[in-house]
Order: sequence, then C-alpha cells, then structure tokens
Amino acid sequence: MSIELIASQGTVATPDRPTDSPLAIRGLTVSYGQKPAVFSVDMTVQPGAMTAIIGPNGAGKSTLLKAALGIVRPLSGQVQVFGAPLARQRARIAYVPQRASIDWDFPTRVIDVVLMGLYRQLGLLRRIRGVHRDRALTCLDRVGMRDFADRQIGQLSGGQQQRVFLARALAQDADLYLLDEPFAGVDAATEKAIIGVLKSLRAEGKTVVVVHHDLATVRDYFDNVFLINTSKVAEGPVSTAFTSETLQATYGGRLATVQVDQLAATALA
Amino acid sequence: MSGAEFVPLSLPPLLIGIFAAIACALPGNFLVLRRQALIGDAISHVVLPGIVVAFLVTGIVATWPMMLGAAGAAVIAVVLIELIRRLGRIEPGAAMGVVFTSMFAAGVLLLEQSDTSTVHLDVEHALYGNLESLIWLDATGWASLVDAEALRNLPAELPRMAITLVVVAIFIAVFWRPLKLSTFDEGFARTLGIRTDLLGLALVITAAVAAVAAFDAVGSIIVIAMFICPPAAARLMTNRLEHQIAWSVLFATASAVIGYVLAGYGPLWLGGQDAVSAAGMIATVSGLILALAALFGPCRTRNGAPQQG
Repeated sequence: MSIELIASQGTVATPDRPTDSPLAIRGLTVSYGQKPAVFSVDMTVQPGAMTAIIGPNGAGKSTLLKAALGIVRPLSGQVQVFGAPLARQRARIAYVPQRASIDWDFPTRVIDVVLMGLYRQLGLLRRIRGVHRDRALTCLDRVGMRDFADRQIGQLSGGQQQRVFLARALAQDADLYLLDEPFAGVDAATEKAIIGVLKSLRAEGKTVVVVHHDLATVRDYFDNVFLINTSKVAEGPVSTAFTSETLQATYGGRLATVQVDQLAATALA
Repeated sequence: MSGAEFVPLSLPPLLIGIFAAIACALPGNFLVLRRQALIGDAISHVVLPGIVVAFLVTGIVATWPMMLGAAGAAVIAVVLIELIRRLGRIEPGAAMGVVFTSMFAAGVLLLEQSDTSTVHLDVEHALYGNLESLIWLDATGWASLVDAEALRNLPAELPRMAITLVVVAIFIAVFWRPLKLSTFDEGFARTLGIRTDLLGLALVITAAVAAVAAFDAVGSIIVIAMFICPPAAARLMTNRLEHQIAWSVLFATASAVIGYVLAGYGPLWLGGQDAVSAAGMIATVSGLILALAALFGPCRTRNGAPQQG
C-alpha cells in the first residue's frame, strides 16, 4: 500500500530567528457553509507568553485554533509555526481538544491516553517501553492524576478528564501549547491545577494559547488577548487590548453594558 | 467423529467459517467504535451490481471476475458514501442508506434486463452462501493435511479466506496506533500529521475486501453479523481496546464453531430430520453471545454519545 498515512518522522529543525512568532496567521478564512466561520484573520502570537482567544459563542474561536493546527482546511490564508510551514513543525506543537468533542466511552485507560502524546516519537511499530511509561506517569504526576493511571477514561469526572488531556499534551514535550476551552465545565481544583501547569510552562519559556470563555479570569491568567467575532476585533497585551470598547465591539449587544463596565474596571484596575 | 469423516467433510467449512468470522470481526471493532457498523450491511447490498456487471462483461460465472466486480462495486460505494457525506454534510448513516439502496436497486434492474435467467445467481446463495458444500473430497483423514497431492484440491475458498485474514490482520497491526488514535480523537490525530481521511478510507476498503471474500464463501448474513456482534460483545467484556480485539476474535471463533456444530447436529438432537443452514446458525450464535454480553458483561456502563463539536 503506497498511501502515506503518516507524515514523515524526524523533521529537520529550523533554527528560530528572534522575529519568528510561535504562531503567525495571515488572511485566514474558514467556512463550513456559505457563511464564513472565520474571516480574513491575522494573528501573531508572542513567544513565551500566555494568550487567550476570546469571543462570543460561534465566533470562530475553536475554528481559528483548528485551522491553525490543520484540523480543518481553510479557504485561504497562511499559517506559520516558528517561521516555517505547519507540516514541518508538528513535533513542536501540543494540542488539547475540547473535552465535549471526545467519545469518553472509548475503551482505553488513562495511561494509554497519555502515551498517545508519544505516538509521533514512537511511530507505527516501535515498542512502548518502561521509559515511555515512566514519562507518561511523570506527566500524570504533574497534573495530579498519577493514581488514576489504570482507570478507564469514562470513569473520570470532567475535570479529571481535562487534566489527563493536559498530561498528554505535556508528554508531547512541545514549544507551543494550544488548548481549546480547557476550563469549560471543570471543578475549581482542576482549574487551579491546569492554570498552575500552564504558568509553569510559561516559566520554561513555552508559548501557550488558550480558547477561553470566562471573561472574569482573563486578567488573572493571561498576558495577551485575541478578541474575535468571525473577524479579528483586537489583539495585544491585556492592559491595552482588553477594554470596555474592544469587549463591546466583540460581544455587541450580547454582553450587558453593566457587565462590560465591570469587566473593564477589573481589566483596568 | 473419526478423522476420515471430519477432515474431508467438516474441517474445511469449519476453518473457512472461522477465518471469515475473524476477518470481518477485526475491522468490525473499529467500525463499531466509529459508529459505522452498518457499513457491512451496505457493502453486502452494493456488491450485487458489481457481480452482475462482471458477469455481463465476461459472460461466465467464475469466481475471480465476480469477486473483482464485487470489490469494485464496494470501493465505488465507499467513495460515494464519503462523497455524499461530505458534500451533503449529512450523517454517515444517511449517506450509506442512499448509496446502498440505489446500488442494490441498480443491481436488481441489471439482473432483470440482462440475459442472466439461465445463470444461477440467486438470493439464497447470496444470503447464506454454501458453507456446507465446501468439502474436501481428496482428503482421507488427518494424514491428508501433509499430503501435497490432496492439499492441491482443497476448496479454493479456504486459502482465499486465509490470505484475506492475513491481509486484514497485517493492516490492523501495522496501522494500530493511527487507527486507535483517529478513532478516539480525530482532531488530535490530525495534529500529529496522520491523514485520518485516508486512514478511514483504508479501513473501510479493508472491511470491504474482507466482506467480499467472505460473501463468496459464506454469504452475506455472516458478514453482517460478524462486523457487529463479536466486536460489540467484546466491548462489553473489557475497557481496553487491545483486550477488546482479543475478545472479538474469541467470540468470532466461538460463533463459527458452535454455530457450525449446532447447525449440523442441533436439529437431530431435538429429534428433527435435517440440518439447518450453518451460516444462519453461526450468525444466530453470534447474536446470542452479544445478548449474553449485554446482560452480564462486566463493562456495560456508558456515558452516551459525545456532542458534535
């Protein structure tokens, strides 16, 4: 069979120039039907920082992330990862999908899911050895889930499932971490654990991009914001881009003015 | 039963039944987890026009042209289903329904319009196959298994089914990780560079190859049952995919053996006269195993289907 089902392993690393953004998107348009979900978006992610992608439901936040990762095919636009095309930089990206998009009845254990983060390294047939298992357990330890390694994933709570997905992303040992709504429907302890891990990644110089829905925590968690409602509304540091004007422009009538003023007050505090 | 009776009369159909059951159950595991289990049913309908066209082109009733025709029709159907699903943005079940009913209808029309009335292309054969007739007349006992002269006259279905099983097993083994990952989490699989669309197509084509090879030997009823029943029962026995595959092979083998024996002797034990269809009985046993697993299997709790996201 000559079909190439897996992209070639062992890509040649391109040395990063200081000007190379971990993720640079130009003129990206994605459409599922007649109406575009993401329209002509430019985005430049700052290295070593935490960026939140924010916008109302159906504003194209997840679609932007999926197009950046090559999961959905854009109508037009370019994606550069650390200054090179996505296909050559896959080993440097880790991804945490939305929890709700997964079949949690799938017959697999927690440790098997974390090992999936090593599949690129393992290739098709290389055996999983003790060293790989140890690495998976270390990643589970980091999110406080080591004791659950042998559980079936369907037996976990939502927050625990989310932490397992984060452990899988950690196993990928990437430079750029992309997370789709990691705080959606999780308990307070999980939210704290996840943000702790993300901040430690930032401390290691990694770049973190999160699709985020909770406006109240933006200022606490993130350095930069990217506001989107199909088209880009604003992009930049929280202090300048996360204002009542940009929020009003992003959410329109959907966010009560009082709420916007409150958020802007916290944003400017 | 002595070897002199068992080897020529029962061993070949038994082995063919087991190989066919396992060859269908292996890809069936992934089809069930991907909620594409009905693809087996779809394939069993769409091969009809392929077989008729093969007959019209060659003018003879021979195995190879018909299998090629069936395989060709199956692949066309798979591609059409994918095409309709994507272009029409509808769920896979609906796309399958549209394709397999129309292709089956086209096959019936072709059969009616062409001069095939003299040819033995009947429904019963297609449904139940002819498992019991796949006997090995040259065999005289266990010694025949090492007798090159006798082995040459094995029923052709036996090596064909064995080769099909090997091909299917190799495909699953080599692409184990991409198959598992893309079934569980397609988005993540794509970020690793796995071509999940091609892989899905390759899986369905592999299933189609197994189905077409099995039809010829054992009929479509076994194919449809084996794609679904052993994997579904296996899922209820374990929470690990590796173990699920092993259970499904065990259940497929058990269905084939128990079904074959029950079909041959069951009616006699009950005081009846004739044997019943082995293919029908094998499919029935696989259904009973699934029922038992659904009632007593240790891993029956489910969360339900995920949201579309």
